Amino acid sequence: MQTSRSTALARALRGGVCRSPSQSAAGARRFSSRPGGVMATTSLLQHRPAKQQPLQPTTTLTTTVLRPLPQTRHASTTPSSSPPELQKTPLHDLHLAHGAKMVPFGGFHMPVQYSSLSVSQSHLFTRSHASLFDVSHMVQRVFSGPGAARFLQRVTPAGVEALGEHCSTLSCLLTTDAKGGIVDDAIITRLKEGRFYVVTNAACREKDDVYLEREMDKWNAEEGEEGGAVVEQEKWDGRGLVALQGPEAEGILARVLGEGEGLDLKKLLFGQSAFARLKLDGHLLSSPVLISRGGYTGEDGFEISIAGDETVGVTEALLAAGPEKVQLAGLGARDSLRLEAGMCLYGHDLDEATTPVEAGLSWIIPKERRTADAGYYGADVISSQLVAKSKGGSGVERRRVGLIVEGAPAREGVEIVSRAEEGKEAVKLGIVTSGCPSPSLGKNIAMGYVKDGFHKAGTEVDVLVRGRPRKAVVAKMPFVPTKYWKGDA
Amino acid sequence: MASIARCLRAARPAAFSAVVRNSAARTIGVRAFSVTATNEIRKYTKEHEWIDLSADKKTGVLGISEYAAKQLGDIVYVELPEEGKEVQAGDSIGAVESVKSASDINAPVSCKITQINLVLEEKPGTINQVAEDDSHGGGWIAKVQVTEEGLKDLEKLMDVAAYEEFTVAEGEK
Repeated sequence: MQTSRSTALARALRGGVCRSPSQSAAGARRFSSRPGGVMATTSLLQHRPAKQQPLQPTTTLTTTVLRPLPQTRHASTTPSSSPPELQKTPLHDLHLAHGAKMVPFGGFHMPVQYSSLSVSQSHLFTRSHASLFDVSHMVQRVFSGPGAARFLQRVTPAGVEALGEHCSTLSCLLTTDAKGGIVDDAIITRLKEGRFYVVTNAACREKDDVYLEREMDKWNAEEGEEGGAVVEQEKWDGRGLVALQGPEAEGILARVLGEGEGLDLKKLLFGQSAFARLKLDGHLLSSPVLISRGGYTGEDGFEISIAGDETVGVTEALLAAGPEKVQLAGLGARDSLRLEAGMCLYGHDLDEATTPVEAGLSWIIPKERRTADAGYYGADVISSQLVAKSKGGSGVERRRVGLIVEGAPAREGVEIVSRAEEGKEAVKLGIVTSGCPSPSLGKNIAMGYVKDGFHKAGTEVDVLVRGRPRKAVVAKMPFVPTKYWKGDA
Repeated sequence: MASIARCLRAARPAAFSAVVRNSAARTIGVRAFSVTATNEIRKYTKEHEWIDLSADKKTGVLGISEYAAKQLGDIVYVELPEEGKEVQAGDSIGAVESVKSASDINAPVSCKITQINLVLEEKPGTINQVAEDDSHGGGWIAKVQVTEEGLKDLEKLMDVAAYEEFTVAEGEK
């Protein structure tokens, strides 16, 4: 199960990193040995967009300096790194007490890493033990009413009516222009008949609010009168949301499960959820928390929705398992973990100009909703894209793929081009939307979009990092096998 | 791509200031030059590069600061400058990559690249260990010939005390 993330992480971690790849003065020394390499560089450079100016300090975005030195030759910019009135999650003070580096993300002060571990160490610790992530910035809502399921089936391609009680699905809100674009991704959980818990991205909060209010008004105007199939929304603002991820997650959660809750974690499978009370310090029990098995790392784990004023207590109870088992982890590790798991980050790997089919998310559309009359926005376009051109459908022009990149990591904004060989000039195939060195694999991984036809695993391409082609191979995702709990096999 | 300074700003500690600032002073302390008023001083840029000028003011060694290396985290790839290249102060001459970011290395002064530290191709993490070490096995990035213009550029850079103050201010922002 995937949950979400948002734009500001990129600003924090990749922000300004590769948006306009500079043509580095670093030469083709190690590259000229490859036949065709230099030629490829040359021909591609001739077609570089004007904004990528060679050999100019376009990339020296000089910091805000307290005592500016006179006559520095760099263009001095003073980017406002923090938008005003950032909110704090219920765990803000706990983060500071654990030496968090805080960054603005999705309108909140969020921890990007903690003093105890580097991003790589934190990443690897999650894969070998467990990490606890504060994801309280994400937007939690509940849609209820007799029309809720059908309402959600209009704005998403999910099979909401068929969803079992306390079962979840990844889905996405679709643009209302019938083009099948993705407004945001979302996890939808049926809590009971006519009641659905929906988690969306922090960075899309305002946009989603407008979209959902408008769509609910429209729905209630159309459907509410006649059959009384109304839908209402509750926002769970102020509630905490933490993600406990990693092989030790189950044991750590089991320690604090209240006796008599009757919840056997072995029977709570990936994509399922349950309410339960957790043991706090002393003999206190929390209010019921909503435990959903899944996460955004590819590991087994849980996302736990907690009453705002109990979030610190629950978090401390989980951390009491000990630092050898569980560590706090920030947005830095969260980003590299989700990338290894092949999961999308909205605003980077997904946007309103991208359909679920292009994004490789056809699997989120159940069989019974793959027809043009399925009743969700863009069903016409999406159902046609689901069928290849050779079989009478429209197929897609571009697809999201994974890449393994040699040498320098390819990050967001890097161009993907065809491999230049004798007699063949490189042509643009697409663009990288996320990328980093993979701590687990010791290789550079990336995801991006390429022209249909270049999407098969094993296809050799080049990526232009700092203006120079580097070898890359299309690879299957996830890059690191997922370890979701699907029961004793 | 962003300068080191920009990458550091993105992940700046708000709650604490993990400033490493003793090493530069220590390095300077053991250098056995007869120091005159105008040379033999390690200088720093606001983008966190350092450069040492030789006694004859003709050559130099450059790298990224220990403060920057610490803040960037585990460095996994270094794009080295091109030998023989003549560059202006501020030009991008290479890059350092950690899990979370890619940062340009900019020429601190106008110069010609004469030698690059090939150790970093195999062991980029050397920068995390000994960022400001210009010896064999150190984390220096390039040796350069400093031009006339480069000598003027040098006057605009910070000495160790000013850089220390600068990084403290960076950490507190």
